[in-house]
Amino acid sequence: MVELKPGARFQSTVCSTEVIVVKGGGEVDLTCGGAPMVASGTGEISGSPSDDAAGGTQLGKRYGNADETIELLATKAGDGSLAADGGALEIAQAKTLPASD
Amino acid sequence: MNLMMLLEMAAEGLGDRVAVGSLDDGLTYRQLYDRAHGAANRYRAAGVESAVVCDESSPALPIALFGSAWAGIPYVPLNYRLPADDLLALAERAGSAVAIADEPNLERLGGLPGVSSVSAQVFSADPAAGTDGHASPGDWNMDPDDLAVLLFTSGTTGSPKSAVLRHKHLVSYILGSVEFMGAGEDEATLVSVPPYHIAGVASMLSSIYAGRRIVQLPRFDPDVWIDTVEREGVTHAMVVPTMLTRIVDALDARGGAPMLGIRALSYGGGKMPRPVIERALELFPITNFVNAYGLTETSSTISLLGPDDHRVAQYSDDPVEQQRLASVGRPLPGVEVQVRDDDGTVLGPGDVGEIFVRGEQVAGEYREKGSLLDADGWFPTRDGGFVDDDGYLFIQGRNDDVIIRGGENMSPGEIEDVAISHPGVRDAAAIGVPCREWGEKVVLLIVPDGDAPDPDELDDLIQERLRSSRVPSHVEVVDELPYNETGKLLRRVLREQFAHLGDDPTD
Repeated sequence: MVELKPGARFQSTVCSTEVIVVKGGGEVDLTCGGAPMVASGTGEISGSPSDDAAGGTQLGKRYGNADETIELLATKAGDGSLAADGGALEIAQAKTLPASD
Repeated sequence: MNLMMLLEMAAEGLGDRVAVGSLDDGLTYRQLYDRAHGAANRYRAAGVESAVVCDESSPALPIALFGSAWAGIPYVPLNYRLPADDLLALAERAGSAVAIADEPNLERLGGLPGVSSVSAQVFSADPAAGTDGHASPGDWNMDPDDLAVLLFTSGTTGSPKSAVLRHKHLVSYILGSVEFMGAGEDEATLVSVPPYHIAGVASMLSSIYAGRRIVQLPRFDPDVWIDTVEREGVTHAMVVPTMLTRIVDALDARGGAPMLGIRALSYGGGKMPRPVIERALELFPITNFVNAYGLTETSSTISLLGPDDHRVAQYSDDPVEQQRLASVGRPLPGVEVQVRDDDGTVLGPGDVGEIFVRGEQVAGEYREKGSLLDADGWFPTRDGGFVDDDGYLFIQGRNDDVIIRGGENMSPGEIEDVAISHPGVRDAAAIGVPCREWGEKVVLLIVPDGDAPDPDELDDLIQERLRSSRVPSHVEVVDELPYNETGKLLRRVLREQFAHLGDDPTD
């Protein structure tokens, strides 16, 4: 379990994926590649993603849960896919704001 | 959070795409990352408090911006056009620094205690920069409360204050408003706003995160702007109102042929004259126009009027939809807006008051005065305005500019809007001039479009559309109105210039 709060960063322990929390709070079982994620810079990468969590995480994409209480931004890509409290996190719809500056 | 996170992602995801400059010899995202590392090493070796920039736009600016974030010191861009004494006074407030400066200021700044100055050429071409290769690990601080940028506000009233923007504000702004790698490989943005303005800082951050190549135009000239658009394959641009006015005039002088290559044109920084935007919509017939409203203290844009609203307003017969062209659209997701009266009561649609904003990107802090956010995080913008029934925000000038005539508050903006709707008026400014009888009286200054209209016609128009208290005591014809370089009307200058009318006994 890790403590989610906006701005917090987490890394996978089985691939190169890293994320930053855009939205979310409280204790969450956050995994990547089927293995628990840890605070960035605090863990080693070993092993590989489990087969059922190897869809990959894409750089710069936002990942959210079904009830939209959690949103993560991938700051490093990796082979594992993300999940929170057992539910897979899916790519959130891209924002369509026009460029303003 | 740290701004370097944005560049690190771009270097990772976009690598060899050109970030800044021409396609044949520009800096790639990877190179920019390496140069930022070199700059960080330079700042750390010097042990300075600030990364000062006192120069026009060049690739040295994004290098210094990200290098300072890497080194953990604030980026402090100064207005290189200031008189020497004013410039040195601001530079001293930045403390010890490495200062990028152009020729006349290189020696001036270098003479300050603790400041070493360097030219942009030497800074960007430093052989120490870029020797680490892309393997250089990011060892920047991730504390979101670290200072990222100090900006001296334009000072249309009083002496400049230094606005504080922390990493969390700017990163929140970018993550909330820009899609990573959202730009196509063929896109390029032309940056002609001053580098010491929030728009200059924000344009670097948002373009780099979007993966849109930055083309810099150091000294704005409308013909050079048009030529650069064509030569560099520019697809996006941001301009302030005075720039768009001059671009429109220059295009008309060239025969009024439409410009089709620009896909998106955003504008902001001051009030856009209605005839200018209407002509621009014709001269850029397939361009997506965006009107952006934001402040230094809010990390740039907080509200925007999008492309569809512009075209609807252009072609609609509905006055409400036409009027949207005078609004700044709706708040960004993640930004809340309230309009409050003098007592702090939150007002409903249509009621004019002071605009308050809240959101992750809202800093609202000055070095001199600390945070101006209230207990619930709301920032008073000092701008007056209202929100319409559909949530569109209309700005009606600074609260400091409100005219108080006989105890009645009136916004100069509403008077100006009516005056400019007259076909013989190209631009207008309403100011309050102190007078014995009313406290202040309304003076209307107009820039005619062709022959000046009869003042009585303007009086009648204002009486009919507003009310008799808004009818100006004097209508004066002027050749042009004074604007600062980001398009803000300098009302203070006008109030001084026309103060003598306050004692005029004719009314």
